Amino acid sequence: MAKIIVVTSGKGGVGKTTSSAAIGTGLALKGYKTAIIDFDVGLRNLDLIMGCERRVVYDFVNVINGEASLTQALIKDKRTKDLYILPASQTRDKDALTHEGVEKILTEMSQEFDYIVCDSPAGIERGAQMALYFADVAIVATNPEVSSVRDSDRILGILQSKSRRAERGEAPIEEHLLLTRYNPERVSEGEMLSVADVEEILAIPLLGVIPESEAVLKASNQGTPVILDNDAVAGQAYADAVDRLLGEERPLRFTDIQKKGFFKRLLGG
Amino acid sequence: MGIFEFFKSKKEPSSASVAKDRLQIIVAHERSQRTQPDYLPQMQQEIIDVIRKYVQVESDDVQIQLDNTDDCSVLELNVTLPEK
Repeated sequence: MAKIIVVTSGKGGVGKTTSSAAIGTGLALKGYKTAIIDFDVGLRNLDLIMGCERRVVYDFVNVINGEASLTQALIKDKRTKDLYILPASQTRDKDALTHEGVEKILTEMSQEFDYIVCDSPAGIERGAQMALYFADVAIVATNPEVSSVRDSDRILGILQSKSRRAERGEAPIEEHLLLTRYNPERVSEGEMLSVADVEEILAIPLLGVIPESEAVLKASNQGTPVILDNDAVAGQAYADAVDRLLGEERPLRFTDIQKKGFFKRLLGG
Repeated sequence: MGIFEFFKSKKEPSSASVAKDRLQIIVAHERSQRTQPDYLPQMQQEIIDVIRKYVQVESDDVQIQLDNTDDCSVLELNVTLPEK
């Protein structure tokens, strides 16, 4: 039985797709057979971030409607073994996703995969609710910024009340905070919420802190998940997050600034 | 902080701490609304309508809150009547 992970946030642009691509790839690198599903019907982008946009033939909605088989629609990643991508439909809208259809596909995939990563669309409407409904684990991507934190709290409320686990009265979805676009310099200057601030407000366990990094844009330009960039701090931070997701202990990195020297501080550099 | 900023008085709180305070308040408020029963907004509206049959009050003048303690729930109704 696969473990179903939803990467969600409420707010758009905080790094859900980047995180889905990185974490899905990270799980596959660890030897787990992993699929990443794009739930953003009408605005698909996971294919671009994963660099497989020209290999899309069939999509999620085709499989739901029985127009293609799962095997036909799943795109096998060219770089990472054991990694598959199920793209969203670009021409349909979010009403094309039905509970029955999504459940059927997830059940079928659960036989074959170890992990299924659901990349949620922004918002709290049908697409987002569908992405989180069947989840066992939720990764809540949050920027250290007021609107993102508030929306994350809203999504936590939905995870706790509108998911299948909540409706059936089963054990609740395991929630994890992933703080993205973190800038330690601005935190030290009191211009950005700190890790501790966001943890205190949202009160869920921390999975990782991804520092703001030029490597993220570079990776998306090239269609390579940033976790494959071993030299980049963001890539290493995602690798740590995957390790923690798998239950390993990893100390937090990249959350403190390098101490400036005496002269640099004196001159205000 | 450079030598010039050092002499500037730095009394006002950092913008991050302002953000944290605002978030704590709004998140706590929204969480309390989240746990309220679905019927509460409509009940609130109907209570206001009944009061309005007798006294002219604005919607803002009626506050309804449901507090849950361990073994009982208290429905608190607060109506500010207009001055005569």
